[in-house]
Amino acid sequence: MPAPRDKTALMAALQGVLPPDALLQEAEDLRPYECDGLSAYRQVPLAVALPSTIEQVQDVMRLCHRHGVPVVARGAGTGLSGGALPRGDGVLLSLARFNRILDIDPSNRIARVQPGVRNQAISEAARAHGLYYAPDPSSQIACTIGGNVAENSGGVHCLKYGLTVHNILRIEVVTVDGERVTIGSEALDSAGYDLLALMTGSEGMLGVIVEVTVRLLPLPERAQVILAAFADIERAGAAVADIIGAGIVPAGLEMMDGPAIRAAEAFVHAGYPTDAAAILLCEIDGTNEEVSEQIAQVRGLLLRGGATEVRTARDEQERLVFWKGRKAAFPAVGRISPDYYCMDGTIPRRRLPEVLRRIAELSREYGLPVANVFHAGDGNLHPLILYDANRPGELERTEELGGRILELCVEVGGTITGEHGVGIEKINQMCVQFQPLELTQFHAVKAAFDPQGLLNPGKAVPTLHRCAELGAMHVHHGQLRFPELERF
Amino acid sequence: MSGADHTEALQAAVAAARADATPLQILGGDTKAFLGRPPVGEPLSLAGHAGILSYEPSELVIRVRSGTPLAEVEATLADRGQMLAFEPPHFGAGATLGGCVASGLSGPRRPFGGAVRDHVLGVRLLNGRAEVLRFGGEVMKNVAGYDLSRLMVGAMGTLGVLLDVSVKVLPRPPVEVTVRRPGSPGEAIEAMNRWAGRPLPLSAAAFDGEYLHVRLSGTESGVRAARSVIGGDLVDEADGFWQRLRDQRHAFFQSGLPLWRLSVPAATRPLGLPGKELIDWGGAQRWLLSDAPAGQVRAVAAAAGGHATLFRGADRSGDVFHPLAPAVAALHRRLKAAFDPDHLFNRGRLYADL
Repeated sequence: MPAPRDKTALMAALQGVLPPDALLQEAEDLRPYECDGLSAYRQVPLAVALPSTIEQVQDVMRLCHRHGVPVVARGAGTGLSGGALPRGDGVLLSLARFNRILDIDPSNRIARVQPGVRNQAISEAARAHGLYYAPDPSSQIACTIGGNVAENSGGVHCLKYGLTVHNILRIEVVTVDGERVTIGSEALDSAGYDLLALMTGSEGMLGVIVEVTVRLLPLPERAQVILAAFADIERAGAAVADIIGAGIVPAGLEMMDGPAIRAAEAFVHAGYPTDAAAILLCEIDGTNEEVSEQIAQVRGLLLRGGATEVRTARDEQERLVFWKGRKAAFPAVGRISPDYYCMDGTIPRRRLPEVLRRIAELSREYGLPVANVFHAGDGNLHPLILYDANRPGELERTEELGGRILELCVEVGGTITGEHGVGIEKINQMCVQFQPLELTQFHAVKAAFDPQGLLNPGKAVPTLHRCAELGAMHVHHGQLRFPELERF
Repeated sequence: MSGADHTEALQAAVAAARADATPLQILGGDTKAFLGRPPVGEPLSLAGHAGILSYEPSELVIRVRSGTPLAEVEATLADRGQMLAFEPPHFGAGATLGGCVASGLSGPRRPFGGAVRDHVLGVRLLNGRAEVLRFGGEVMKNVAGYDLSRLMVGAMGTLGVLLDVSVKVLPRPPVEVTVRRPGSPGEAIEAMNRWAGRPLPLSAAAFDGEYLHVRLSGTESGVRAARSVIGGDLVDEADGFWQRLRDQRHAFFQSGLPLWRLSVPAATRPLGLPGKELIDWGGAQRWLLSDAPAGQVRAVAAAAGGHATLFRGADRSGDVFHPLAPAVAALHRRLKAAFDPDHLFNRGRLYADL
């Protein structure tokens, strides 16, 4: 926390560069910014800046840099890993007022937008040209494109259409010292290092994104979905491998386990078979002819693969009903449990049955139920741990179980985060996934952009000190000694 | 499977080079010496560090040592009906996957199937401190830590020695046909972009100065339906056409003039530069044979919103890749220092100061 005199000086300077309504300092104004989508972590910032021009962002960055004050950038605050958790000694920089679509160029199939534009708003605006923006994170009605870039967001269509990194062409970035830099271009590539890939998913650690140019794709002529039920997880997993092995790249390929199916069905009545151990949803999109041909092929594969039931959506309305259950899986689980904690590991698909079996064992060990939804096409697993935060110690047990699940993902050759980011949430598991030399390389990259470590400090990459302490603590099975001590 | 694990020897070689400050020239199949600024330094050969480490077709991932020949990787994938969707060029029989990733070059399928960088999932590398580091992995979705795997793509070996690379692979489309029609460059660019804005199963579109070639890839019925939209005449032995284009063996490239590669927004009108132009990537990649001054070529590319690379020929002692804006160049220097503080690797190959 800066000394009170320094704070007064910084606030006076910020007032000098921002409009009167663009700097919040009162406790009640700061409260809404104390957390993002991961509400277990809360911290009121020193102040909130709400610039509406790139010049204002540059001014804010220059001033904070001069005063040595940390800056945390924030879009819609829908992130699930605490990446936008403020610092008590820092300025929260909200990009919410950057909400305009600047240009849609249908002949080049690109859109230039401000970072606070909602993901879905891009597709809505492009629709008139028969185009859309492909990445569709489940929060797409609320989350912003700037946040999507910072987190390299995915969605259910990743296997076929890629992540954010595959669908953007250029970003405008303001550096920690207030310089404006263009990264990428409207062409398919740019000279020099692939800084666009480096910035994508860098969780606000390397710069502040103030404009994004995205690629738009033609809207598919048709999409159709098949729902298949299985009596055991192994068969469902094998069916996924059969579909991919047959040379089909579905637009979406999702799996839900028994607890997730039953929670979703009780909530939205999608007609899911509640006695199934697993269901698969397989969506095919493309031209009319392609879809007909591949749907027939997938249907045959699923039946031969031992599905107990295979249903093809008869029309668009039924397609949406099939998806409704999957898309409502998280809130559905929220209905049956006071709280839930959503994990985000990725695993090689072939290890799925083993991973689910071991998650079930861990679930029993901790006495906490787990429902699983799985982006089966790309191996991204979302175990949802059901708990009650009002029971003393249950949140801590939940976080420990979550940590064990992520470590299991690493053990089978996967990763601790597929699409939610590390943020503050998974910072300890980074010590499991990476060796000290690798973390040191990450810090060196960070220092190339932000030598003083003022951008989103304490997130995404742990210090070696923190990992060393954690390694020592592992002996005690996660039961922290000296829990009152700060650990970075 | 050929090759062996040379990690320890390579690590020792980098450590020794660091100890006596000897710059290293990283070599795979040595098929792209023409590319970039002139190579300098003691050769560090990755050719023996080869072999396919894992390949699970239903996971759509292959992991190989970087010295593995591209041809071996592609043959292994083809046996299981799969492919590298970025259709990388082969500038010689010895081309390796590591060289392909380091140079970041993609072929005709790129605008529709993605670039090399879009398919790299993970790398193991040696940095300039002779440390073996692993980034990314073998899964499609992975946002743990900065994306240093993709940063290696197109870095021309200036940030590290690639040891292993994991890449996403895709099924080979069941049916591919190519049609062509004569026309002007302007008509070709207009048509390519009009079709690319519609849900058609396109996988390549190029104009060779005379004909617009369009490749359709997908299911039999899907390709048939798309053909009726696009029209044109069926091309026999079209694979040969696309391979010659990919590998620059097409007649267009047989010239003594400097070869420029201009990467521009796809719908950019014909460039109007002196010389001969071939249009690939649905309009987004323009090959130009021209002895126009570098400044003129670069100005036209930049005005269109893109950049120009002096791909082959002419004086290569100056900038070969498009000069960077000062702030971006500064980031490049700091990143270089973060990976290779002593400037051991491929010194000056990408830019003079890296």
